[in-house]
Amino acid sequence: MKAETISWTGQSVERVEDAALLTGRGRFIDDLGTRPGTLHAAILRSPHAHADILSIETKAAAALPGVVAIVTGRDLAKLTTPMVAGLKIAAENWPMAVERVRYVGEPVAIAVAESRYLAEDALDAIEITYKPLKAVVDPIASMGEGAPVLHEKAGANLVSDRRFRYGEPAAAFAAAAHTISVSIAYPRNTGSPMETFGVLADYDPHEDVYDILANFQGPFSIHTVLARALKVPGNRLRLRMPPDSGGSFGVKQGVAPYAVLIGVAARIAGRPVKWIEDRLEHLGAAVAATNRVTTLKAAISAQGRISALDWDQIEDCGAYPRAPEPATLYRMHGNMTGAYDIRHVAMRNRVVLTNKAPTGLVRGFGGPQVYFALERLMQRIAVELQLDPLDVIRRNLIPADAFPYRTATGALYDSGDYQAAIEQAVAGHLAELEQRRDAARAAGRHYGIGFAAAVEPSVSNMGYITTVLTAEERRKAGPKNGAQATATVSIDPVGSVSVHVASTPQGQGHRTVLAQVVADIFGLPHREIRVVADLDTGKDAWSIASGNYSSRFAAAVAGAAHLAATRLRDKLALIAADQLKAKAGQIGFAGGAIFAKGHPDKTIPFGRIAALCHWSPALLPEGVDQTIRETAFWAPPQLTAPSEGDEINSSLCHGFIFDMAGVEVDPANGKARIDRYVTMHDCGRVLHPGMVEGQIRGGFAQALGATFYEELAYAEDGAFLTGTFADYLLPTATETPDIEILHIETPSPFTPLGTKGVGEGNCMSTPVCLANAVADALGVSDINLPLTPARLAALAAEPEPARPATSRAAAPAARAGDRSLRGEGEARVAAAPEAIWTMLLDVDTLASIIPGCHGVQKLSETHFKADVTLGVGPVKGRYKAEIKLSDLDEPRAATLTGSVSGALGTGGGFGRVTLTPDGAGGTVIGYAYEAAVGGKVAAIGGRLLDGAAKAIIGQFFAALARKASPGRPGLLARLFGRRV
Amino acid sequence: MKPAPFDYLRVGSLDEALAALAEHGSEARIIAGGQSLLPMLNMRLAKPALLIDIMGVAGLGEVRREGAMIVVPAGVRQAALLQRPGLASEQPLLAAALPWLGHYQTRARGTVCGSAAHADPSAEIPLCLVALDGEVRLRSRRKRRVLKAADFFSGMMVTDKADDELIEAVAFPAARPGTGYAFNEVARRHGDFAIVGCAAMVEAGQIHLAVAGVADKSERRSWPRLDGSALDDALNAFAWELDAREDLHASARLRRDLVRTLGRSTIEEAGRCLA
Repeated sequence: MKAETISWTGQSVERVEDAALLTGRGRFIDDLGTRPGTLHAAILRSPHAHADILSIETKAAAALPGVVAIVTGRDLAKLTTPMVAGLKIAAENWPMAVERVRYVGEPVAIAVAESRYLAEDALDAIEITYKPLKAVVDPIASMGEGAPVLHEKAGANLVSDRRFRYGEPAAAFAAAAHTISVSIAYPRNTGSPMETFGVLADYDPHEDVYDILANFQGPFSIHTVLARALKVPGNRLRLRMPPDSGGSFGVKQGVAPYAVLIGVAARIAGRPVKWIEDRLEHLGAAVAATNRVTTLKAAISAQGRISALDWDQIEDCGAYPRAPEPATLYRMHGNMTGAYDIRHVAMRNRVVLTNKAPTGLVRGFGGPQVYFALERLMQRIAVELQLDPLDVIRRNLIPADAFPYRTATGALYDSGDYQAAIEQAVAGHLAELEQRRDAARAAGRHYGIGFAAAVEPSVSNMGYITTVLTAEERRKAGPKNGAQATATVSIDPVGSVSVHVASTPQGQGHRTVLAQVVADIFGLPHREIRVVADLDTGKDAWSIASGNYSSRFAAAVAGAAHLAATRLRDKLALIAADQLKAKAGQIGFAGGAIFAKGHPDKTIPFGRIAALCHWSPALLPEGVDQTIRETAFWAPPQLTAPSEGDEINSSLCHGFIFDMAGVEVDPANGKARIDRYVTMHDCGRVLHPGMVEGQIRGGFAQALGATFYEELAYAEDGAFLTGTFADYLLPTATETPDIEILHIETPSPFTPLGTKGVGEGNCMSTPVCLANAVADALGVSDINLPLTPARLAALAAEPEPARPATSRAAAPAARAGDRSLRGEGEARVAAAPEAIWTMLLDVDTLASIIPGCHGVQKLSETHFKADVTLGVGPVKGRYKAEIKLSDLDEPRAATLTGSVSGALGTGGGFGRVTLTPDGAGGTVIGYAYEAAVGGKVAAIGGRLLDGAAKAIIGQFFAALARKASPGRPGLLARLFGRRV
Repeated sequence: MKPAPFDYLRVGSLDEALAALAEHGSEARIIAGGQSLLPMLNMRLAKPALLIDIMGVAGLGEVRREGAMIVVPAGVRQAALLQRPGLASEQPLLAAALPWLGHYQTRARGTVCGSAAHADPSAEIPLCLVALDGEVRLRSRRKRRVLKAADFFSGMMVTDKADDELIEAVAFPAARPGTGYAFNEVARRHGDFAIVGCAAMVEAGQIHLAVAGVADKSERRSWPRLDGSALDDALNAFAWELDAREDLHASARLRRDLVRTLGRSTIEEAGRCLA
């Protein structure tokens, strides 16, 4: 029967989704109508990385026209409980700050008004008094003595520290000929979907039901977290997803906390409330992948055979260990040995909290961090042992006859032939790459070749996260495991077929593939199958594993649809056999008809049999209950809970990727050019080659971003620096080279269709493949991402031509990672130092020279408060400023310490001012300052802050000079600021 | 990301715009293409009380020649200047530089004078104005005045324009015979703010190089026809004098390196155009 049923599956049919998307008729959350009376929310966010909230004054904001409610953390705490986290620690996971803020961008208050404009006006009128605290952003520093503790109830920032041992790693290291290690600091980045978060919430006080529409993507285990936070049973939280979602890449899992916030806002306002996240909010506070510090050691034989690995991973989950974290750290637990046959593994996993936005699902989810270390290590082994890097990979691969293969850490790799995949990729391409490299090098250029082999896990075991608990803790909590998928196939009274799934697609084309799979079972044209993928937890079939993550669609969801359709088809076959007077085993489905094989006269239109159950249920033969609707729940038995020894089969399927890249680096401008990129995939059976290619190209583009462009950057004081796409750079089509995609197919024996996931692989393999090529090009060993022009140029740099002797003295180099603003300058003023001194301490003079000053209040002889409008060009904001003078050395020098805060952010700094007689009755005012800027202005103006600080300080001294020598502007003379 | 409330005035003449500017001063902003101003409004970085839209003023959208000058009035979009027939021979520097300015979509809206008024330190239009020693024509209700580009741009997003003035036009000197022009830029991606932009003009006895993205505004230096290590030394001195900025996208060192290397290759390219 197989030959005639396999027809649509495996073809690149046109996507049913595309016509609507390409003509602007997608139904995204912001396109859907709202009930009359729906209000709009805007969220006020913390400008501080760490501060106590001393007071929130909302009266003025609440009194503005059109404003219905202002919701603060205290209001939230009255109606909700903190969100449950994966880690059992005493940190409270509130979706909005209560008493304390812990990262820049953390929600602090919600304004609910008749329009988003009015709501944002109201935000400007909310006055918050903060007491700033010391912040920590570096994961290593956060564990150090004296680091500020984010959650005092949790006791420390180190919230999980687990050690694992598989096999006999200590013995293997003791016996090894060589030990080679790499140290990696993997940066923070994210998935940047085109559509940001959106929530439309309503609360029914009579039934105590929250009805929340959100472009959430799962996993639906979060539904239980939300219901508990909202203090309702699960059946009183109706969570609905719109038909279309503009990308997610995992990130839209992070809309969950906002479902709580907007749900509570709707409850307080007594009307539906809508909130659409803006890009500044998204980049600053949506979801980041974890940054991770990894040290990985290998025990190696003289021939380059690895006997043991020793992982030390320090995972930075940001300010709150928000569910499902620390899943990023444990998702790869079963496949920490990658594509290699390594039987001894030691591992230490630590989770720390820092003053950065919380982390969560991002495409690749733990894979980029792991494979960057593992595949950098493979290259270092080759370099240090003077072996061919490809040979080091080959010598360590899992043998092709070893599948299904149980890894040391517990994964059961379903299928694969890594040797065949690599040899096929190498055969047509490596010689050419080497030729191009040799030619470039002969011409004096920097060209390198990189390789990466990666095992791509898909269909997560819901239980892997419990590996963070000890075996005893797990026993107490009860077993958690599995990866249930669900699909419903139904037939209407005219015999047309509908499919419904709970896979919450985000643009991938799930509906097209399901139509193909189901059409083949019924022998129908795929266009006749109607697939619905919007989800309503109040009505539809779902489980906690539902959703769009861990590349589970092709393997799990399409498989479940296949099962449901097959069950219906088998029943239809019984009906047809009865009607056609044939045996059930003879019945075939093709071309819109049902027929008895070998009997051309015994054919009946599909619809006649399919609709029979509606019209004539009494005619159903024995053993057929109904053929109207079939819901399949599929749960693979291989996904068991962690063992007593912490072995965990963390994913059901394990695809394979082998990448090769030729990259040339131009040391003059720090740019890397990808000359060739070849990516070989084994994702089992391919259902839709076009979509698989789309996933690979998309994953590659995101990996390109992670490699060269993207970092969610923070200053040392916790200021967030990349709040717009001018500073958080995504690769565009212009930057994305063509790649060559190859496939081999080893079908998974564990999935209904032989499929495996394919959506995330290049996010795991490509960054390290490109980094290996760059390392090879430049002959360097330590490489961290992103490889920005400055970083690449520095890796290749020769000594800089000296500053000419006529130029000013050399400036001290800034420390790496130090992004504070520093400067110095001088101003010549036609007045004696004593006169200047008096002016600097005089309220009225200060009021007239502080840029944009609306009034100065003198609290003591050396302590002033001012209300100022500061800005550069059209960028202006009103701030409250506080200035203190100290280290007074009258009339020669003083230190000014100042801070400002306002709707656009905060700033603080200090400067030393010196007054030196110039010998002609005037004074040379010298100044040197160090300042830091936080909040919105730092997040969006990074490129211009340095110049802006310089300009504002310049304005101050220019005004001072004018005031000191009125009427003598000619002598005002030179006024310049310069950076150190 | 919604702007604070503001009034919007679409004027039919420059006089009307100037009257409104005279009345509202620093509380008013001129809007033309809006490619820099609108994001600033939406992020509430700027909260003007009044926006004066000049795009409806007749006659502001036509580029014209006045002798040796290419005069670009306030309503001319960047795309329109780029598409001006014969621009590559009329002023090759503009033809080379404009494709680097943002993206197709932003050039279709953004104006040439708007970019000058915004005075971003990395921007291509201010760089070309400075490189060519062009002029900025300002007008208020009281008077008109013409400033050399170097006098107009005073710092990061700061110009000599008074609150009651608007830029009526900018004027670029057309190409002179016996002069070679070249433009190059390094940005992280095409269309991004330049890490360093270089515009060179080489004449029989002189080299001029203007650099954007390094100091707080575009800066120009002129030298005799140096070459070899003398040119390297001059560029090295220039690189240090510019007091390069350090930001997320590039180190001060990389910026100085680019003044030395990209500056030199741009000068050489301009010299070849001359030959």
